[in-house]
Amino acid sequence: MTNDTILKVEDLRTYFKTRTGTFKAVDGVSFELKRGQTLCVVGESGSGKSVTARSILQIVDRPGKIEGGSIVLTRQDGSTVDLAKLDPRGKEIRAVRGQEIAMIFQEPMSSLSPVHRIGEQIGEALRIHFGTPKQERRARVLELLRQVEIPRPEQAIDRYTFEFSGGMRQRVMIAMALACNPSVLIADEPTTALDVTTQAEILDLIKKLQQSHGMAVIFITHDMGVVAEIADEVLVMYRGRVMEHGCVEDVFHAPKDDYTKRLIGSVVRLESKADIRLKRAVIPADVAPLLDVRGLSLTFPSGLKAVDGVSLTVRPGETLGIVGESGSGKTTMGRCLLRIYDPQAGKIDYRRPDGSIIDLRTARSAQLKEIRREVRMIFQDPVGSLSPRKTVAQIIAEPLKLAGMKGRELDERVAELMEQVGLEPAWRERYPHAFSGGQRQRIGIARAIAVKPRLIVADEATSALDVSLRSQILDLMMKLQDELGLSYVFISHDMSVIRYMCDRVAVMYRGQIVEAGETDQVVNNPAHEYTRALLSAIPHPDPRDRRLHHRVRYVANPVSANG
Amino acid sequence: MLRYIAKRLVFAIPTLFAVSIIAFAIIQLPPGDYLTTLMADWAAQGGAVEAGTLAAMRERYGLDQPMYVQYYKWMAGIILHGDFGISFELGKPVTELIWSRLGFSLLLSLLTLCFVWAVAIPIGILSAVRQYSIQDYVATFMAFFFLAVPDFLMALSAMYLMSAWFGQSVGGLFSPEYADAAWSFGKLVDFAKHVWLPVIVIGLGSLAALVRIMRANLLDELSKPYVTTARAKGMSEFELLMRYPVRLALNPLISTLGWILPAVISGEIIVSVVMSLPTTGPLLLRALLAQDMYLAGSLILLISVLTIIGTLISDLLLALTDPRIRLQ
Repeated sequence: MTNDTILKVEDLRTYFKTRTGTFKAVDGVSFELKRGQTLCVVGESGSGKSVTARSILQIVDRPGKIEGGSIVLTRQDGSTVDLAKLDPRGKEIRAVRGQEIAMIFQEPMSSLSPVHRIGEQIGEALRIHFGTPKQERRARVLELLRQVEIPRPEQAIDRYTFEFSGGMRQRVMIAMALACNPSVLIADEPTTALDVTTQAEILDLIKKLQQSHGMAVIFITHDMGVVAEIADEVLVMYRGRVMEHGCVEDVFHAPKDDYTKRLIGSVVRLESKADIRLKRAVIPADVAPLLDVRGLSLTFPSGLKAVDGVSLTVRPGETLGIVGESGSGKTTMGRCLLRIYDPQAGKIDYRRPDGSIIDLRTARSAQLKEIRREVRMIFQDPVGSLSPRKTVAQIIAEPLKLAGMKGRELDERVAELMEQVGLEPAWRERYPHAFSGGQRQRIGIARAIAVKPRLIVADEATSALDVSLRSQILDLMMKLQDELGLSYVFISHDMSVIRYMCDRVAVMYRGQIVEAGETDQVVNNPAHEYTRALLSAIPHPDPRDRRLHHRVRYVANPVSANG
Repeated sequence: MLRYIAKRLVFAIPTLFAVSIIAFAIIQLPPGDYLTTLMADWAAQGGAVEAGTLAAMRERYGLDQPMYVQYYKWMAGIILHGDFGISFELGKPVTELIWSRLGFSLLLSLLTLCFVWAVAIPIGILSAVRQYSIQDYVATFMAFFFLAVPDFLMALSAMYLMSAWFGQSVGGLFSPEYADAAWSFGKLVDFAKHVWLPVIVIGLGSLAALVRIMRANLLDELSKPYVTTARAKGMSEFELLMRYPVRLALNPLISTLGWILPAVISGEIIVSVVMSLPTTGPLLLRALLAQDMYLAGSLILLISVLTIIGTLISDLLLALTDPRIRLQ
């Protein structure tokens, strides 16, 4: 019965009617989902893949509305129901939600209530659909927590979401979705907010549960690498329409549509080093370093050693990658370099343009103020790091104004910067919300290079972006590096991004650097077990060679295992 | 938790001392003292006072001594004997005066609070859920209307309406025959008959703020992803609304509950005066006007104590309702 269709979507149209007109988020989408199979819906942000998924459960946010088409769910007993015809607030569709079709979401933190215990939230579906009594519910929730491999379920059940890490929260979401043994699981970018190793674990878990529960899965993602690892069938979407539909082998090895080819291309590009870097002459190892960090340590008041004796150097014109999982201390370390945090020990020797050397760790605030023009930062979240109440021109002009520039000169410089990062100067009066994620990150970059810095600390600068945009932003950063003679400290959890862009890389684990060297050497011939684990967690964009399942795991070293 | 509360209370002591000094000083700031006010009154009534009498009275009240001595005597009385001094004007111990009115003040505040919450929260929820609908606009308009009408005007119109059209006795919390009677069932009924008018008049003014806060809080919460998650579980819209977004939107409001404590003493002075309610508000006003310094000082001190306790209660309530604050 493997060819048994469980969900058949035909000509689905979901429109958002706004004052300025109708936005066709989903415009005539058709597909079939078979029992026990995984369908990946792939596309960039704004392609309508998420709205398609939400339309199935009729939980599209207002003013979105299903305008036409059918969504036929076939039950185990052979009866069928057209979900598109049901009243979105009615009893029938509510009986389907959570019980027959369950859904997990992208942001496990904001998708769970912060003030309800997780046990309560997981057990809720049982109460709604089966009226399960409290005792029984608790027992079932404990079983679910065990299934999703959350350690110490008896304690975890009474905890709150913020007491868990991102990966654990996503496990909680999965447990919640599994509560009523649904026959279809819709996963809306469940791993996008997670780092690569956690992503690999969650993908593994979903696969395992799918097999044990016999669920069909609709998996929504922008990452072709993930698609190659898990999909049976693939649906490629662009601007609300289906561009290509077929089995994963065909889509990857004989893509018919140009857009599909582009999506695959953007992942494959990240499989190797950037052309622009391959062509460039090697930076001599004996130049005097721009930044020389020795034995840097920071212990938080809680006693956590976030940065533990880190030493590294950055040469002029090169990119040093810092890679590690979340919690490895890489972000904290980056912030220490700009003295956003005050490290307790070590040296951060920075070479000024005139050749003098200043230890940033002990520098006085007047000196720091000057040096912060030369050392700047780019942040991960392109939404949160731009003020929503300022125009793009005002945002970019801010560091220039602080440096004393004004009037016509300022306007011209802003226009020049916008051009440099690939934004139309005509957009200068717009506010950040009018820009896409990739464009916002360009604004952040323009702001960072405005005062002609010499070193930029980029903290997960591409992590919040679609894979297809990542290489674009990285290319831009490298172009600017060559034009302006910049050095980068590039912090990321994603080895593929590091491999693409960085000259040298340092691998961080629990506040320490476990391995450092030339990127090629570290990537192709990793010396440390942890580096190997990071590398093996990168999804491989070839469905014939699925590697995630055989990846290497690195568990804490014996020293901390005692404690 | 107990340690935290104890710490907060210990830190409150120096604050209270500082407040008492400032309060005492401010009360003495206007030229003259209670006796000047008294003389002016007598003079207005055509009486004259001999200089000797004045000096004798000044000595009796201790007003001839320097300010710090007066302050010391007052403080010593409070700390050593729990004696807050005597009201010059009313000739009664301050404690007795305050206690007799504090109960009604507290009761009135609580009743008003219940009224405001019971009305404002549902209206706020409705406004948010049906944003930009007729209901929303009507609710918003009414709320702002009552916010804009000065409360004494509202009190006067309400009293006029009730007495002229419905012939009810208005003003005060009791009918004359019950005012000095002991508590009985009849008195309770009479109280209930009187109390609702001031409760509504005082409440309508603060309704608007709460409606708007609730609406804004809830609108923020309604678009949060966890609402979609709960909907995807198959929860009914009403249960969903109450269990998740409303629960979270109430958090910031719950933390304002503690603030009503200081308002018990000083709140709604004008309405209380207009409606001649036996609360502490008019007492404070009169004490300040007459420079009845021990009474005024004690009331202000009491307000400070209640502010500190209220803030502590607010913090505890917030910790109780929001695990993010409790556990981090």
